[in-house]
Amino acid sequence: MSSPAGGGESESEAGHLLDRGVRAIAAAVRSGEATATSLVEEAFRRVARSEPSLHCFNLLTRDAAFEAAAGVDEAVAEGRDPGPLAGVPVALKDNLCTTGVATTCSSKILGGWEPPYDATVVTRLREAGAIAVGKTNLDEFAMGSSTENSAFGPTRNPWDVTRVPGGSSGGSSAAVAAGLVAFGLGSDTGGSIRQPAALCGVVGIKPTYGLVSRYGLIAFASSLDQIGTFAPTVGDAAAALEVIAGHDPADSTSLSQPAADLLSGLGDGVEGLRVGLIEDFLPDVAPACARAAEDAGEALAATGATVDRVSIPEMLLGLPAYYIIAPAEASSNLARYDGVRYGLRVDGPDVEAMNARTRAEGFGREVRRRIMIGTYALSAGYYDAYYGQAQKARTLVIRAFERAYERFDVLLAPTTPSTAFKFGAKTQNPIEMYLSDLCTIPSNLSGHPAVSVPFALDVEGLPVGVQVLAPALGEALMLRVAAALEAMAPASARGPVRVRVPDEEAAGA
Amino acid sequence: MARLARLELTDDELTTLVGELSALLDHVDKVRQLDTSDVPPTAHPLPLVNVLRPDEVRPSLDRERALAGAPAVESNRYLVPSILGEAP
Repeated sequence: MSSPAGGGESESEAGHLLDRGVRAIAAAVRSGEATATSLVEEAFRRVARSEPSLHCFNLLTRDAAFEAAAGVDEAVAEGRDPGPLAGVPVALKDNLCTTGVATTCSSKILGGWEPPYDATVVTRLREAGAIAVGKTNLDEFAMGSSTENSAFGPTRNPWDVTRVPGGSSGGSSAAVAAGLVAFGLGSDTGGSIRQPAALCGVVGIKPTYGLVSRYGLIAFASSLDQIGTFAPTVGDAAAALEVIAGHDPADSTSLSQPAADLLSGLGDGVEGLRVGLIEDFLPDVAPACARAAEDAGEALAATGATVDRVSIPEMLLGLPAYYIIAPAEASSNLARYDGVRYGLRVDGPDVEAMNARTRAEGFGREVRRRIMIGTYALSAGYYDAYYGQAQKARTLVIRAFERAYERFDVLLAPTTPSTAFKFGAKTQNPIEMYLSDLCTIPSNLSGHPAVSVPFALDVEGLPVGVQVLAPALGEALMLRVAAALEAMAPASARGPVRVRVPDEEAAGA
Repeated sequence: MARLARLELTDDELTTLVGELSALLDHVDKVRQLDTSDVPPTAHPLPLVNVLRPDEVRPSLDRERALAGAPAVESNRYLVPSILGEAP
């Protein structure tokens, strides 16, 4: 294994349009240079080859994809506008509702359930001409950082199939990193987009809370959940985000601001920007992750930004506050899985026994654990000591961000405490797994946007992400900084990659 | 607690959970110990306004589709086991 498997070195399809990104694909399809059908064919060819080793998808929607592609091709042929994402293959996290297409949250409890409506983001993508290839694997109900909590088995990391892709949106991040689709959708409650993006060497954006409608996103923790995008590049992740962002009357937390222009300023550089490198995470993360964040700061300074280190000790309150707030909200949201209205039922002599048996059988171990934590934190006698205190700690985190943004335009931090880890490495100790979200959680508590961008490789050739954080609705500036970092990062640090199976490589070398 | 959460757990799992929960509670103790006497709680990250729509009748999910995913249905209603036991 002399060289890292980076740099899009897939053989047969080298240079295929599918590898040229969201905007290039849409431009080619819109101009009639390529057909949506040919892109969908290529996507399914790759999926067929990679799925046995990666398991990115819970379900493939092949027939619907070819039908949608034919519709796009027909629109182009007839001179109608096929939409800004015409013919672009996309992977949808399997907690986004799709009419008549099973939506599982990777849980047994929703077994066989087909939603009666589409999530707003699904509708917007379809109207924009994007083609959904399938529903991607996740940690059950988005609770986890490795996809090992899926009821349908884990997804593997294309950089090294003996390692996790991160989670909870691991299926979408791995599918994008393997080049199976041009972009993916995920949801981020405590880092579930940014952490797998970092571990898979792709860009992952968690937008401002309320920028993207959550209508049809199956709820985990409602004051934290937000939908966002994955793509190999900042520009393509931003282009996809532009399409799904914007007010939706069907989501009462949806912001009324018109969606910002995220693309035209991407190349403007960082001259004169004030950047704060958050110091407080650095001692608690692997040397490669700390070094990547520090190197990113130096790179920005070298291109005209003013970069200072800043200590924000409240950042370290994020993780413990989150592990009270998120389970509390989850225990309430997941009360709806009662064996009455959808999914699994395990019979019992009365309704309460039926509820309890259904839930014990239908929920996996981690979900049961979080429901118990949340039930405890919300129970009479403990509510003020835990949930009430965590809500106040949340205020302290938000105030600390506000103070920092008086001095800085954006903040910089590692995305994760480590690069992709081996299967089973953290499954025995829940707290160890929870620490994976150390650096990403504060942005969920504050509702601010954050993006992970691939910036380096560690000594094992695994990608390392760096996080850019911005104040509410600061996406345009945040993505401009991320694009500047991307331009200075080695191309070998980002996907798509050819799926790497170490044993085969060792045998073949 | 498991009864409150409507989870029928085995004794083995309960034993494991007790250990895991106390480890987690230790981990979050930092939050419990904070002096927050003058700090208001945050329930929602950004300011929320009440959302109202005009009071006009409009179609909603029809009954057949709403019931289509249910494990048991009878006479256009969700069917569940007895709630109060047999009537005398």
